[in-house]
Amino acid sequence: MSGADIVNPGIGLIIWMTIAFAVVWFLLAKFAWKPILGAIKKREESIADALKSAENARKEMQSLQSENENILKEARAERDGMLKEARELKTQMIEDAKAEAKVAAEKENARAKEAFENQMNAAITDLRNEVASLSISIAEKVLKSELEDKKKQQALVQELLKDVKLN
Amino acid sequence: MTGFRKNSTNIAKSAILFLFSLLVALPALASGGEEGHEEKKEFNAGDMIMHHVLDAHEIHFITLHENTPEEKHISIPLPVILYHEGDFFVGMSSTFHHAEHNKVDNYIMHHDKFYVANEHGELEYDENHNVLNAAPIDLSITKTVAGTLFVMILMMWLFFTVAKGYKKRDGQAPKGIQSFMEPLIVFIRDEVAKPSIGHKYQRFMPFLLTVFFFIWVSNMLGTIPFIGGFNITGNIAITLTLATFTFVITTVSGNKNYWAHIFATPGVPVWLLPLMIPIEIMGMFIKPIVLTLRLFANITAGHIIILSFMSLIFIFSNLYGVGAGYGVSLLSLAFSIFMNVLELLVAFLQAYVFTLLSALYFGAAVEEHH
Repeated sequence: MSGADIVNPGIGLIIWMTIAFAVVWFLLAKFAWKPILGAIKKREESIADALKSAENARKEMQSLQSENENILKEARAERDGMLKEARELKTQMIEDAKAEAKVAAEKENARAKEAFENQMNAAITDLRNEVASLSISIAEKVLKSELEDKKKQQALVQELLKDVKLN
Repeated sequence: MTGFRKNSTNIAKSAILFLFSLLVALPALASGGEEGHEEKKEFNAGDMIMHHVLDAHEIHFITLHENTPEEKHISIPLPVILYHEGDFFVGMSSTFHHAEHNKVDNYIMHHDKFYVANEHGELEYDENHNVLNAAPIDLSITKTVAGTLFVMILMMWLFFTVAKGYKKRDGQAPKGIQSFMEPLIVFIRDEVAKPSIGHKYQRFMPFLLTVFFFIWVSNMLGTIPFIGGFNITGNIAITLTLATFTFVITTVSGNKNYWAHIFATPGVPVWLLPLMIPIEIMGMFIKPIVLTLRLFANITAGHIIILSFMSLIFIFSNLYGVGAGYGVSLLSLAFSIFMNVLELLVAFLQAYVFTLLSALYFGAAVEEHH
């Protein structure tokens, strides 16, 4: 056993080591390193994805919140607008109604007046007719009674004719 | 939160237990080194350390009744496979230990090495006591091969379990062993592969992960006492094989740009190319050689340092008596514990460095024109 042995590589050891190492390298590469590295990578990617999606969700939430606020603000403004509009509409409607009522009343008044006048006119006409017929009938009766006395009539006509001769 | 605290106290408890076991085990490791030197009673630190660092044909735990007629080794024998001139020999290392002259079937085991017996059935030596016999090709399942196979099986069990966890808890948080391994896998991917290789890192991930965990688990196995002192990554054959894999992958996946960098280094005048090309080609081979030596030297040095501290105890007790040995043992133990904790760090660090450099070489091979 000499000191030189220590730096003298044994051929048997080299052969065994080469075979054993190559076999283990192959087996570990196929059945250990590949699945292990794959799983680590997959997990790292999924963690990175999860972090990214969490960040995205946070941002989305933030934007959603601000959007909500905007919507709320808009809704409030719309409500205010609607209320104002309604109030205006109400005033308008009241005014319109008032004006319409006034117009209608005036119209009604005018019609009533017209009807009244018409009726009055009709009444006057009727009355006039009545008076006329009445006076005609009176005159008829008078005339009738007057004409019944022939002598008187002749006398009168004589009288009248006397006046006419002058010319 | 309370679950985590409970877990962390458990981890702390097991860490203390582990350190304590080291403290108890280290002297045992050191004393084990004295076996097998019946011819000289004197403690030889160099031999002891070499014996622990080098590969062996058995997993040796402890020697009982040392240097007495009833000396007994407690060890697991390992298969011996020899090939010589078209013939295979398969047997157990224990049969050699028990055989007369350590000779079985014309093969002689001498200092943990095998030789072919000469026509007299003996070994021949030259004047420097070197064996002259022919040596068969040794394909035995040695301690390091056994350790390697153990680490490989452990890794497969471990990561198949982890992979099953991902299938079971698809898209959910990891649990148990899965949550321990995931940070390491993600570390290799995000801190080693991605910055070194770029967007083409994916096809190199299986190799990088296998190499990282193999080196790390092997390094850790080497720091565990009582189990026979495995020194897988401290064996140059192992690190050479690993570096060869890196070299082959680099060379095979080298693109136009990579080869252009070697044979027509951009920005270098043409008259310098005859000098540059050999340097670049040398560089191609120096890279894996450096990988081989760095890992091997770091792990071996760690083992040697710890064993040296332990040897100090026996050297001092031999020189100045048992009392001096006990005295030095306090200091040696303290340093050894420090070194062991450091080795835990080095175990991870060297696995990381090997993986990182491999990734950098792959990155250079697939780099697009810039």
